[in-house]
Amino acid sequence: MTVPPGLRYTPEHEWVAIDGSVASVGITDHAQRALGDVVFVSMPAPGAVVTAGEPCGEVESTKSVSDLYSPVDGEVTEVNEEINDDPGLVNADPYGAGWLFRVRLASADGQLPPGLLSPADYAELTKDIE
Amino acid sequence: MTDPQDARPRRTPLTALHERLGATLTDFAGWLMPLRYGSELAEHRAVRTAAGLFDLSHMGEITVTGPDAADALDYALVGNLSALAPGRARYTMICEPDGGVLDDLIVYRLSGEEFLVVANAANTAAVYAALRERAGGRDAAVADHTDGYALIAVQGPRAADVLAPLASIDLTGVRYYTGHRAEVAGRAALLARTGYTGEDGFELFTRPEDAERVWSALTEAGAGHALTPAGLAARDTLRLEAGMPLYGNELGPEVTPFDAGLGRVVKFDKPGDFVGRAALAERAEATARRTLAGLAGQSRRVPRHGYQVLWDGKPAGTVTSGAPSPTLGMPIAMAYLEPDVARQAAGGAAGGRLAVDVRGSAEPAVLVPLPFYRRPA
Repeated sequence: MTVPPGLRYTPEHEWVAIDGSVASVGITDHAQRALGDVVFVSMPAPGAVVTAGEPCGEVESTKSVSDLYSPVDGEVTEVNEEINDDPGLVNADPYGAGWLFRVRLASADGQLPPGLLSPADYAELTKDIE
Repeated sequence: MTDPQDARPRRTPLTALHERLGATLTDFAGWLMPLRYGSELAEHRAVRTAAGLFDLSHMGEITVTGPDAADALDYALVGNLSALAPGRARYTMICEPDGGVLDDLIVYRLSGEEFLVVANAANTAAVYAALRERAGGRDAAVADHTDGYALIAVQGPRAADVLAPLASIDLTGVRYYTGHRAEVAGRAALLARTGYTGEDGFELFTRPEDAERVWSALTEAGAGHALTPAGLAARDTLRLEAGMPLYGNELGPEVTPFDAGLGRVVKFDKPGDFVGRAALAERAEATARRTLAGLAGQSRRVPRHGYQVLWDGKPAGTVTSGAPSPTLGMPIAMAYLEPDVARQAAGGAAGGRLAVDVRGSAEPAVLVPLPFYRRPA
């Protein structure tokens, strides 16, 4: 299982990459392995206002369905349209081509909500499950 | 027997091999089983287009032997097992006195006085107990030999090509639903042409100590045929596409074979009484309480086990199994519907009236005939 440095993580097995005032969001390598083959991702629409910790979509795999949460407060600016045609990108490249949506952070100073995990903390959280 | 207090799942003779292959293992009915080796979609497609290799050693093997073995099974099960010729196999069920399904089974008649009953892992202990009780007073011995067998399945259009060079018998002579004593890769096996995938295929019962050898030989023989090890995730989507019931989903103690559309397995014309006869005879005559139907989802959101089926927005049934169909590229489900609704929905004027409540939103669905998938002739 890979946990890239430079990202933040949530206990719901999502990652956040911060670039200025924009956060990119996806699910972790651990999550995609646990889910199995992803067949459909229901994502928030661009323009939607999302709240940290609240469900904003769903990830369907062959065996199960899981809520997709927003890790941050803000407004959705973009979703990864390629996931619609090829949901397998989430499995093949969860931290790259398999990114899901981008959020313009609500707080002007780009402050992140508390509770996001460092790579070390996230690796610790998942080490017993692996 | 395993101590039920022991929470650790049991290992099959092949679990160590699955671990070496990097499989994702899961606790299934008290057994540590491969869920998938890599991509379950790829494993599913391999079985539809080439061949897949499965470890099914969690299945229960119960032998019934002796001069009264056939009589005992005629009384204990709903099928007519005394009419089964040696070498043949039959899909049948064991029911409660009230007609509810205790398990669905495949029974092999190995010889005149020797039967092998294959039960679902979760039900093996219950089936064994019921068979012992129901064989009481007859000259028939019932024994649970689950630990004495490994079970390996080769399934798919190229299964025969994979197995043929390793088998001591000519597979062209092995008909569907027959089981023969043979050798596979030089090891003794019961070689059966059965399966749970909707494809041609074979199930091989071997001694536990021979399982790795047989699996490895099949892997080598299958290298030129795109043979892929396949886990329980693929097995479930394969059987669902093939419209085959799964105990715990479509079958259970509250369901009779007639509810499940499998009334044909109940043989009222066999000699003597059998457990459940009176209740089942009543069910056979009565109007159906519910109808097992196939649904195709019209959105990408997938109906899953336990979801409510809606007709004009009102509850009209329950989904028993649902998954995104890898072969058809759409969500499919089996569901118990109110007979009225099933009739109307099949009438063709169902446009927009049938739906599944997928976590709070009504996703449109249409009734489709079972099975969802039938292999090309």
